[in-house]
Amino acid sequence: MTGARSFVVDDREKGIFLLDREALVSEDVLRGEMKNIFAKCWIYVGHGSELKRNGDFHTRKVAGRPVIFARDGKGQVRCHFNTCRHRGALVCTERKGNTRRFNCVYHGWIYNNDGSMARVPGDEAYTAAFDQSTFGLKAPARFEQYRDFWFMNLDADAQPLVEYLGEATDYIDLVVDQSPSNTMEVIAGTQEYDVNANWKLMVENSVDDYHLPSTHSTWLNFMANSGVKVEAPKDPSLVLPTHGLAIDLGNGHFTTDNINFRGRPVAAWIPIYGEDAKPEMDAIRQELVERVGADRAKRICDTNRNLVIFPNLVINDGSSVTIRTFFPDGANKMHVTAWALGPVEESESMRARRLDAFLTFYGPGGFATPDDVEALELVQQGLANYTDDRWSEMSRGMGREAAQLNSDEHHLRTFWRHWDKMMAGGSSGEQA
Amino acid sequence: MSAATMANVSVTRAEVEDFLYHEAMLLDDWRLKEWEELLADDATYYIPANDDLDGDFKSSLYIISDDRERIRQRIIRVLDPNCHAEFPRSRLCRLITNVRITGVEGDIVKVAANFSCYRYRRYQREFVYVGKYEYQLRKRGNSFKIKERRVLLAAHELGQLGSVSFVL
Repeated sequence: MTGARSFVVDDREKGIFLLDREALVSEDVLRGEMKNIFAKCWIYVGHGSELKRNGDFHTRKVAGRPVIFARDGKGQVRCHFNTCRHRGALVCTERKGNTRRFNCVYHGWIYNNDGSMARVPGDEAYTAAFDQSTFGLKAPARFEQYRDFWFMNLDADAQPLVEYLGEATDYIDLVVDQSPSNTMEVIAGTQEYDVNANWKLMVENSVDDYHLPSTHSTWLNFMANSGVKVEAPKDPSLVLPTHGLAIDLGNGHFTTDNINFRGRPVAAWIPIYGEDAKPEMDAIRQELVERVGADRAKRICDTNRNLVIFPNLVINDGSSVTIRTFFPDGANKMHVTAWALGPVEESESMRARRLDAFLTFYGPGGFATPDDVEALELVQQGLANYTDDRWSEMSRGMGREAAQLNSDEHHLRTFWRHWDKMMAGGSSGEQA
Repeated sequence: MSAATMANVSVTRAEVEDFLYHEAMLLDDWRLKEWEELLADDATYYIPANDDLDGDFKSSLYIISDDRERIRQRIIRVLDPNCHAEFPRSRLCRLITNVRITGVEGDIVKVAANFSCYRYRRYQREFVYVGKYEYQLRKRGNSFKIKERRVLLAAHELGQLGSVSFVL
């Protein structure tokens, strides 16, 4: 804890919450994040459905680390560091594929798909001190899953993933329960794009419903043009057409929890889906009612939520379901990866509607995300004045006695309080 | 008469090039209402994900997968000053080359072309979108209507290109 300082002014009594903008621009802060956050927290790697067959693999960067996300010959899901034990080269250069072996092109060291050492060429040149069997690919200290969402942790002493996720599991369950067999799958087609902004601005933006009317008026127009009711509500405390909450889930996780108005593939029809979708969507809802009961079916279909798993995983269960993760490349830039998620047994017609609904809002060509990207980049450019205009004002909703709304900044404060504590050397979660 | 049973129309590369260059000028100059007049009533506009260029829009997550009505809505959106990603509007300049007629089926002319599209925003990085256009053009008199317009990006990921917030 020595030498740590706080980046927030947090006075709950007076209702003041200010963020020191240095947190969003400083390379020193980023170095602190690598050590205190990304090396301590559970970081999302991938979804088990991306590895359908034994031997399937994807290479990707997770928290800046090149890894191989793979299903080995026995069906076990694994995460290897994509780094040769010999001299450090990447051992797999393909984006994805199916293989029994990973071959380093430099000196030809070969690894099995479970990470173990297969062969060192010319091994007669080594002394007895060289034990080939100890030269398997290294792996993150911990690698665990919850409902096929796989996370790695570089900290061997971290609490188990399920404890870390805590109350957030309820919201993951609301997504997974959309499948009759409780099996969701990542759909082909990955959206990968950079945003020239600090990664924490994407955390804020993913759950901040205050910005919707101003940033996304063209999307609201599109919804209205397509027959969706988007009138401003009578209740002056609401900025969205329906009521929604912001909920602190502990350990830095949080979510919005909104009454749906925007349509959902499971299973809230809006005119964009077309008349011919109605019978099938009715049947999806009916199946859900029979399987989980009327109350939970209504909970799944008629509410939507944007969930943040601290620090950098977002599951948006809104117009469609998207998994989005992002990682800093310098203090002023991030790489974003986004996937669509759907029930494995979804019909071809419903899958097509899900993907169409996704693109109404999300992604680099969607009707909303490009304006989010723009807003985040405008913030980053404006922050160049941070030494003389130091504080971001984030107290919205602090005086509200009732539950915090999605358009308040309670959930953003939840993030920043946890981030601030971890930057000062705090633990990634409450010990159970 | 369906395209399959109709006699193939005659078409020259020069005609196709004239059409593509005209279209490029309208898009670069943000004359999107005039561009819309080039579209057939069943026009589609696709940009598949960089990592699944051969994927079908019904089973693969695209960047853009617009039917005719969605294109109409997209034009409304990007011309609106509240489309923040394009206000002030980017300056665009696209170069189209390697134009080839790849097939003719009835009145449908299939065309492939390479492009590089430069996009500039004030004080920002230069955006260069490079790839291949694949068109299905329906011959109408001396010109064409666009039935399908498919953009295949060469980059492995969008990366520094960020968004596709304009008509690429």
